[in-house]
Amino acid sequence: MHPTSEADLADAIATAKGALRIQGGATRDIGAPVIGTALSTQGLDGIVDYEPGALTLVARAGTPLAQIEAALAAEGQRLPFEPMDHRPVLGTKGTPTIGGVVAANVSGPRRVQVGACRDFLLGARFVDGAGRVLKNGGRVMKNVTGYDLVKLMAGSFGTLGVITEVSFKVLPIPETQVTLAFSGHDPARAVAAMAAALSSPFEVSGAAWVQGQTLLRLEGMERSVAYRVGALAERLKPYGQAEHIQGTAAGAIWQTVRDAHALVGCETLWRVSLKPSDAPAFLAAVDPDHQLKCQIDWGGGLIWLGAESAENAADTHASLRGEIASRGGHVTLLKAPTALRTSLAVFQPEPPAAAALARALRQRFDPKAILNPGLMG
Amino acid sequence: MEMPAPNPAVLALKPRLVARLQEVLAPDAVIHDEAETRAYECDALTAYRCPPLCAVLPSTTQQVSDVLRICHEMGVPVVPRGSGTSLAGGALPTADSVILGVARMNDVLEVDYDNRFVRVQSGRTNLSVTGAVEADGFFYAPDPSSQLACAISGNIAMNSGGAHCLKYGVTTNNLLGVTMVLMDGTVLELGGAHMDAPGLDFLGVICGSEGQLGVVTEATLRILPKPEGARPVLMGYDSNEVAGQVVSDIIKAGVLPVAIEFMDRPCIRATEAFAKAGYPDCEALLIVEVEGSDDEISEQLALITDIARRHNPVELREAADEDQARRIWLGRKSAFGAMGQINDYMCLDGTIPVSQLPYVLRRIGEMSQQYGLGVGNVFHAGDGNMHPLILFDANKPGDLERCEAFGADILRLCVEVGGCLTGEHGVGIEKRDLMVDQFAPDDLDIQMAVKDVFDPKWLLNPAKVFPLAASEPRRQAQIAAE
Ligand SMILES: Cc1cc2nc3c(=O)[nH]c(=O)nc-3n(C[C@H](O)[C@H](O)[C@H](O)COP(=O)(O)OP(=O)(O)OC[C@H]3O[C@@H](n4cnc5c(N)ncnc54)[C@H](O)[C@@H]3O)c2cc1C
Ligand SMILES: Cc1cc2nc3c(=O)[nH]c(=O)nc-3n(C[C@H](O)[C@H](O)[C@H](O)COP(=O)(O)OP(=O)(O)OC[C@H]3O[C@@H](n4cnc5c(N)ncnc54)[C@H](O)[C@@H]3O)c2cc1C
Repeated sequence: MHPTSEADLADAIATAKGALRIQGGATRDIGAPVIGTALSTQGLDGIVDYEPGALTLVARAGTPLAQIEAALAAEGQRLPFEPMDHRPVLGTKGTPTIGGVVAANVSGPRRVQVGACRDFLLGARFVDGAGRVLKNGGRVMKNVTGYDLVKLMAGSFGTLGVITEVSFKVLPIPETQVTLAFSGHDPARAVAAMAAALSSPFEVSGAAWVQGQTLLRLEGMERSVAYRVGALAERLKPYGQAEHIQGTAAGAIWQTVRDAHALVGCETLWRVSLKPSDAPAFLAAVDPDHQLKCQIDWGGGLIWLGAESAENAADTHASLRGEIASRGGHVTLLKAPTALRTSLAVFQPEPPAAAALARALRQRFDPKAILNPGLMG
Repeated sequence: MEMPAPNPAVLALKPRLVARLQEVLAPDAVIHDEAETRAYECDALTAYRCPPLCAVLPSTTQQVSDVLRICHEMGVPVVPRGSGTSLAGGALPTADSVILGVARMNDVLEVDYDNRFVRVQSGRTNLSVTGAVEADGFFYAPDPSSQLACAISGNIAMNSGGAHCLKYGVTTNNLLGVTMVLMDGTVLELGGAHMDAPGLDFLGVICGSEGQLGVVTEATLRILPKPEGARPVLMGYDSNEVAGQVVSDIIKAGVLPVAIEFMDRPCIRATEAFAKAGYPDCEALLIVEVEGSDDEISEQLALITDIARRHNPVELREAADEDQARRIWLGRKSAFGAMGQINDYMCLDGTIPVSQLPYVLRRIGEMSQQYGLGVGNVFHAGDGNMHPLILFDANKPGDLERCEAFGADILRLCVEVGGCLTGEHGVGIEKRDLMVDQFAPDDLDIQMAVKDVFDPKWLLNPAKVFPLAASEPRRQAQIAAE
């Protein structure tokens, strides 16, 4: 199904006889596999409204992300939460859509400073499982009128409704950026260095550890960045001498962090969200012999783990879930052969009280249970 | 503003209810004497008052759970309360409800600088959260003007903002986790020190749910390292259009001030008479504040004052030192008090797209003439969050009603230009009946469906947020079932 208007989409859902597999650009093959008729949102595209002076943008859900980023760049602005491109690491093709970004709450390295996709989402229109066209939020920066269903829709992976239009707060692209790179760090030293950086007043907008290097990003106006780079390097002297990477080279590095390039080619992939200071002990416990590929982002709060083959995936999966259970946080199986994604719980099972609420909510939003049924468990 | 008639069956339960509550709480934590329950008869929307059946002041999550379980079993409505500073009537009781106040729950439970969070009991005041960490160079960013008094629980329920949210966001952007008790007594842990939700983003929907989904007892809050310094600049213009253009140009130029505040002439005049901050007598005044080291501040202010000059300000004043900075903020900070000196006032907080500022201000001026009531505007311009203060005389018959009608017209105007009814104070009872101007029936129905899930009997703060007519079938279903 390929509706080209919100009304057609609503009609398609209202009259659907069975399960629907909601697709934006079909680039984020995430979650338990869904069997059903494909319903594409790509026919709903185009930027509806963009006011650079108000820092707000409204677009239809099927609008390619690239089109939005280009429109923003033309005015010197951007989506601050730095949505990743899942294609390299998932091995998918297609054109990522803004609706898919929202449905998966996709956020990149800058999340540690400015927040996630959901924090910039001002409003959404969506069609629920009964085919009703609904709206929540709006296009203004502050809005507490009624319940905030906008946040609920972000990260609901199409299981509560099919998003048709979204509005965002956007931000200016800073004049310049510099990255400090420290070499020879193990995860413990890296996480300690990142904590020191993030606890400083120097506004670090990225803190990651990739292939033995700790990377710290500073963005802003020229003189300001120059000052903060000096002050931060001074404060982090105990962690070694930092290499300074400027401008476009710095930009390129953060794109590889954002898209988790270090894990491209892995057949199985996990995303671990945890308390930042827990990261080193977590890694030591689950991967003492460094068998897995690893990248740390968000100052320790996000760990990517990958295995080149899927052979021991079930065991690794169990050990990750076991280890996180004792610490708080969660583990998502982001990529694995279909058989594994069917047999293992892809999303971390929620505690019983929360799971009961989630079930009851889905029942209210999608009474026929036709929207990506089972995708989130 | 109408409230549902109290349910006589519930009123009759009072002796048995009090006895059961006394079994699970300390003797002084159950307030049922009619003289004493008066202390809980209203919040900061003082035009509406009604003492509750009784008030309870639990000290632990377990006690909150016990209280809710008892009320749930007996079918008694519960109104959660923090410090009672809501401007929307969010904490207003009905005669057949129990006020559940969290004021005694104000401990700091955990401070973690490595991971930059604090965990507190929800009755702790906003300012004292920062107080607990500022000696170590940290602060909690959302800063409502009521921060000395208001509780984190109320901030979460209203998703409160403050002057600095242009840069730091509002409560929801700084909330990492909560402990919350559902109406049936179930204790729920959501989020925590990690950064995103495992499944559906419940935290996002709880923040701003006005005490209708559960009672929050603990909160994990993000704290930030304090900036090295901050400095404001004041600029005056002789038209709202030009001031609006300056705001837009500053935003487009790529600097991100922490605050852009706007005052119009009536407000400037009132403030001058009251606080004598030395403001120019002009049509529109802006205060723009930036943060960083001295050098960084100068760099940003150079850019901002450049833009300001291009629009021919009648006044442009950069703070050279602490004292001048204090004087620039003095008037803005006393604006509410100054308006209060003139008369009673009602403060609205509709939000509009920034580009609509001049038009909306002009229309408000015209309506002020029509209604014959004065109005001053002071607001967070960077994010379009208006704060019209309508002056009226509470002792003059008919004035309150006229003021409310004027207010409703302003809010409808906000919606009409693409904005919303409330940017930070919440709906409560105040804007409840205007919800139909912003939302279609289905939009309201899906929100009420969320309440159905969290609170199937509609016992938690039931008469708020949704127009009474819209929520009536759900509330009546409960009463019929008793
Ligand atoms: C090579 C290849 C193999 C595939 N194999 C499978 C398979 O085995 N099983 C299978 O089920 N699918 C498969 N797909 C299809 C597709 O990957 C999935 O349907 C995927 O879940 C949809 O992602 P998407 O394109 O919408 O990605 P995105 O647009 O990035 O969407 C991400 C998530 O958001 C949801 N979503 C997207 N847009 C919206 C919206 N507007 N409103 C609400 N939710 C939205 C999607 O359902 C998805 O869960 C395959 C695709 C490719 C290219
Ligand atoms: C002078 C003044 C200035 C103000 N300035 C601002 C401002 O700048 N920005 C702003 O956003 N607001 C402002 N406010 C409004 C008000 O202070 C905020 O809404 C505040 O968050 C309310 O907190 P409170 O603790 O007083 O809550 P209360 O008034 O006690 O309650 C508010 C709501 O929260 C619910 N609630 C309370 N505790 C709980 C709990 N434990 N669990 C679940 N729900 C609960 C109540 O049921 C009610 O619906 C101002 C108010 C005043 C009087």
